[in-house]
Amino acid sequence: MSSIRQPARIESMELLVQFISDHAGKLGFSSKRVKEIELAAEEALVNIINYAYPDRQGNIKVTCVQHHAKTFIIEIEDTGIAFDILSMKDPDISAGIHDREIGGLGVFLIRKLMDEVRYHRKNGKNILKLIVHIPQPQKACA
Amino acid sequence: MEIIKSGKENNTLVIKINGRMDAVTAPEFEKKVGLWIAEGEKYFVVDLSSLEYISSAGLRSILVIAKKLKAISGKIQLAAMEESVNEVFEISGFNSIIPIHDTVQAAILQA
Repeated sequence: MSSIRQPARIESMELLVQFISDHAGKLGFSSKRVKEIELAAEEALVNIINYAYPDRQGNIKVTCVQHHAKTFIIEIEDTGIAFDILSMKDPDISAGIHDREIGGLGVFLIRKLMDEVRYHRKNGKNILKLIVHIPQPQKACA
Repeated sequence: MEIIKSGKENNTLVIKINGRMDAVTAPEFEKKVGLWIAEGEKYFVVDLSSLEYISSAGLRSILVIAKKLKAISGKIQLAAMEESVNEVFEISGFNSIIPIHDTVQAAILQA
């Protein structure tokens, strides 16, 4: 388990995504899957950067945990306003160019790309967990 | 991310994006293409063969440009996307609102 804490600013995003990506890279994910993890992480981080601290400075803490070599858990924590991204409605992805709105698309991508997403609020903190199954070695056929 | 003009054919400006289009870099795309539109360009083909990554911020900036061009009867088309980038377009349904082609040449012919 290792953690990193950075100010909730767009300038921190690259470093936080890189931290997550470096962890994922060591766990045997394909490069395609690593990019999907980076994408979900970016979307979650940008949401916090844009909305968690409307009137003050705050931090984002990212913790990467590997659970029994089966799951990779990215825990993203902030102390900003309570916000459950899972409560957001999916965007209308069939809307044409005129009616197409971008809000909610980031959260939609997180849900589509991660194996599981959990949110809870505890002691004034938003805790978001992005959970990814680690590829298991193929068993040899007899 | 790097955005370069790679040529003009059939009244269409061909541009190439290298690197990553994320929440930090996407506004630069919007700004740069916005300037070319202000200079009178209306038809764009974007070569995405060297785009390694795109997030919703990148999709958003492409949508902003597409809407801007639609309003002046212009057009933006995308070409030569890598698999992982294509996946993001498919999941988000953007493949049905922005024309996507296998090659830059095919896109120019449709401009």
